[in-house]
Amino acid sequence: MRLAILTSRVRVEEKLLLEVLRQRAIDFDIIDDGELLFDLAQPDARWRTYDAVFCRSVSQSRGLAVLHVLEHWGIPVFNSAAVTATCNDKLLTTLALMKAGLPVPRTMLAFDAQRTVEGIEEIGYPAVLKPVAGSWGRLLARINDRDAAEAVVEHQETLGSYQHHIHYIQQYIAKPSRDIRAFVIGDRTVCAIYRASEHWVTNTARGAVTDNCPVTPELDSLCVRAAQAVGGGILAVDVLEDPEQGLLINEINATMEFRNSIAPTGVNIPQEMIEYIVSNVREGVAL
Amino acid sequence: MAHCPECDANVSVQDTIVGEILFCPDCNAELEVINVERPEVALAPEVEEDWGE
Repeated sequence: MRLAILTSRVRVEEKLLLEVLRQRAIDFDIIDDGELLFDLAQPDARWRTYDAVFCRSVSQSRGLAVLHVLEHWGIPVFNSAAVTATCNDKLLTTLALMKAGLPVPRTMLAFDAQRTVEGIEEIGYPAVLKPVAGSWGRLLARINDRDAAEAVVEHQETLGSYQHHIHYIQQYIAKPSRDIRAFVIGDRTVCAIYRASEHWVTNTARGAVTDNCPVTPELDSLCVRAAQAVGGGILAVDVLEDPEQGLLINEINATMEFRNSIAPTGVNIPQEMIEYIVSNVREGVAL
Repeated sequence: MAHCPECDANVSVQDTIVGEILFCPDCNAELEVINVERPEVALAPEVEEDWGE
């Protein structure tokens, strides 16, 4: 078996994945997405030498573009372009979850500044504004009053790119100073962590502290259904605990980071990821 | 031994692979390993808006 690992930079996660590949004696190449040049009508023969390509690009846009091209050429990839496209976009993720009947925070969408402020007031304060294509918890804004709403929306309209003119408004969830990240690989939740922070944004990229979260049958079922709702694969499902509504799916990540989750859970997450890919390749299941 | 492009400090690329990120021991600049056989590092690219999970 021969795999290609697509990277933008080699982070701790990629080094852990490569370690597993070496332990399993699986042949692999590391491919830097910055070096690629595709002639779309002429598939490069070297891609055919891989049984699968595992996208670990830190750049969401580059990674997705490569997945589209490789799928077009018939190269098996993990995760699929469709799954990645859905997870990279909070609007598409929310719609996919809602279509599957899964619980999500109340969400509104607007394009005009005044209508956006109206939406925020409809949802009620505090509300949350998010970029539809954001990552690492960047540019999230908790809106506590009308003054903040008008100011943040004006900043988005004036300083943001066209993507920031799509105003994704979400109900603020009064979670217990933590959220849950569940790692779903295939059809099971292999482990989960609590991400605790005094800040309302609980991404580990923003300094949240991790601890093991027991995978209850309820959490497993919810997260597996959420993963399936966006197409399934190797996914990290972020869950909010709402005191009144129970567990809500917040978002799903298709190129998950896991360096802070191995020690508290005791689960070898990179090994689980590689085993899943190997198993799917052997069964001829191209995502 | 590679040299930091920011402060010219010696930077070891031993036990690294191309694409890995290091920090200069002297000036703490974020560096990307460019070559291991002929040790070379460059300033790591700035984080872009679409980076992350």
